Amino acid sequence: MTAYILQRLIQSVLVLLAVSVVVFLAVYGIGDPIELLVPPQVSAAERTAMIQRLGLDLPVWQQYLGFLGKALKGDLGLSFVHGVPAVDLILARLPATFELVLLAMSLAAIIGIPLGLLAGLNPESRPSRAIMAGTILGFSLPSFWKGMMLILLFSVFLGWLPTAGRGETVSVLGIPTSLLTLDGLKHLALPALNLAIPNMALMIRLVAAGTTEAMTQDYVKYARAKGVRRKRIIGRHVLRNILIPVVTVAGMEFGSLVAFSTITETVFAWPGMGKLLIDSIYQLDRPVVVAYVMLATLLFVAVNFLVDILYAALDPRVKLTGEMA
Amino acid sequence: MIASKTAPVAADADTALRHKVLRRIKSRPTTRGAVILLGVLLLLALLAPFIAPQNPHDLASLSVMDNRLEPGAQGMTGITYWLGTDAQGRDMLSAILYGLRTSLLVGLTSTAGALAIGVLAGLVAAQFGGAVDAAIMRVVDFMLGFPSILIALVLLASIGRGVDKVIIAIILVQWAQYARLMRAAALVERRKEYIEAAVNFGLPTRHIMLAHLLPNSISSVLVVSTISIAGAITLEATLSFLGVGVPVTQPSLGLLIANGFEFLLSGEYWIAAFPGIALVLLIMSLNLVGERLRRSFNVRGQ
Repeated sequence: MTAYILQRLIQSVLVLLAVSVVVFLAVYGIGDPIELLVPPQVSAAERTAMIQRLGLDLPVWQQYLGFLGKALKGDLGLSFVHGVPAVDLILARLPATFELVLLAMSLAAIIGIPLGLLAGLNPESRPSRAIMAGTILGFSLPSFWKGMMLILLFSVFLGWLPTAGRGETVSVLGIPTSLLTLDGLKHLALPALNLAIPNMALMIRLVAAGTTEAMTQDYVKYARAKGVRRKRIIGRHVLRNILIPVVTVAGMEFGSLVAFSTITETVFAWPGMGKLLIDSIYQLDRPVVVAYVMLATLLFVAVNFLVDILYAALDPRVKLTGEMA
Repeated sequence: MIASKTAPVAADADTALRHKVLRRIKSRPTTRGAVILLGVLLLLALLAPFIAPQNPHDLASLSVMDNRLEPGAQGMTGITYWLGTDAQGRDMLSAILYGLRTSLLVGLTSTAGALAIGVLAGLVAAQFGGAVDAAIMRVVDFMLGFPSILIALVLLASIGRGVDKVIIAIILVQWAQYARLMRAAALVERRKEYIEAAVNFGLPTRHIMLAHLLPNSISSVLVVSTISIAGAITLEATLSFLGVGVPVTQPSLGLLIANGFEFLLSGEYWIAAFPGIALVLLIMSLNLVGERLRRSFNVRGQ
């Protein structure tokens, strides 16, 4: 087990290194930030000083090594636009994104699991077919379009919910959150629902497939023959068995929800990390883009690492020395 | 986990299966509707320059006086705007027909490109195995480990917007899934006796790969590619919406929606809603057809 963990750890570090090289080179290609940052009337000397101060005159590889050295100390450079450390800028936006993602995941589970169970128990019935057709819709509607339609329906036509921003926040242990105020929740409702829909569809699919399969298993037949009530069979035996893959997938989807929140945050002007990324791309704020990608990669790699280790620990069939099954 | 367990289609069963699939598509009303809808959308996109009431790219034919007119309103020149106009006084119906062209162009071209690269990579990985296989599959794992939207976003942020650049970005994020599917299918195929016979016969490796392995293992990949076209179109629309996709001079459906977003809040819904409906119809019909094909061929993709 230790050898396996070590091996996966080395792999994870290699992935991070590879991403740092690729991203640095890719982002290095973004148009000249000096054009944007220095007003045209500034003298040539001041301009040169500015270029030197930002280290933009050095060769690419030297810029990269400097970047890597600092990155290891948690310093991913100053934002060109805001003049503050890029990491701080992103971390300040982190709570907004995380509360959005967490609420979306909860919504997906709370709505998705019962619907999936319903669809899986009677796969041929009319409501089940409707639910499964709905999941295709949930998968295929583009996220930004869905968000706009939610705004159109709930904000423009019905006037129930606000269209943008985070609303009133309260501080819990120094972290601002919208989850605890009514105004905050109202602002949170539409973006969280929008982010949750594809995941909800995924949950429904997983649970429905698992339920249909589990109902034909011997342990269910045995429980039935024993005279166990249907409710108890479903709640105690079926649900327990299908929740393992559901939890695994939910964990793995966490990273992609953070990435997809970029779109939802843009539509709803939600002040999270994703909105920051898009704004930084517009403003050619290179350090913030690089820092975002590095932090996101760190998150994905960490989540994948944990999921793999948990998998190996829980499932004895996974070979610990070689590749994952 | 993700390995595709495609039962490869033997040559004699091929026609029979094809008939079965066609029959199934015909017998399902939803699928039949989707096929017809898809055909109509393709035709509209193809014929856009001939049937559009206006050339939305020709600024001279636009009248700014007609900006943001409601659907069905009549313009200064007597033209009726059935789907309303945008902020520049552009007829939305024409803009949608041309936008459909851009969306389909990007979706089809990028899928074809990703398919070519992915199939080749998967084939090479399966044929040569060992270090080559390991190297290719590590790259594939690496690519699939990240959400496609993030890779495409960062790439486009660095190379700038443009139809060709969006296509490159989508190829980059989509080739890996084809490579994985192709490798899995080719590995199954390679164990068959006819390949062994061909090897013993002394046929050159390139010939075995291209004339035997490729045609016999590509079906599952092709089936999945229908759904991937929808994915590519969605990705393009999303990137254009975020402002890093196609240029304003050649708006796709996604960009049209983005342009209408700011007017949505004031109730001028048509600028964003109609291109959105066109996009959703396109994606849904592709998905329904693709999903039916996938089920009929019994391919377990992704």
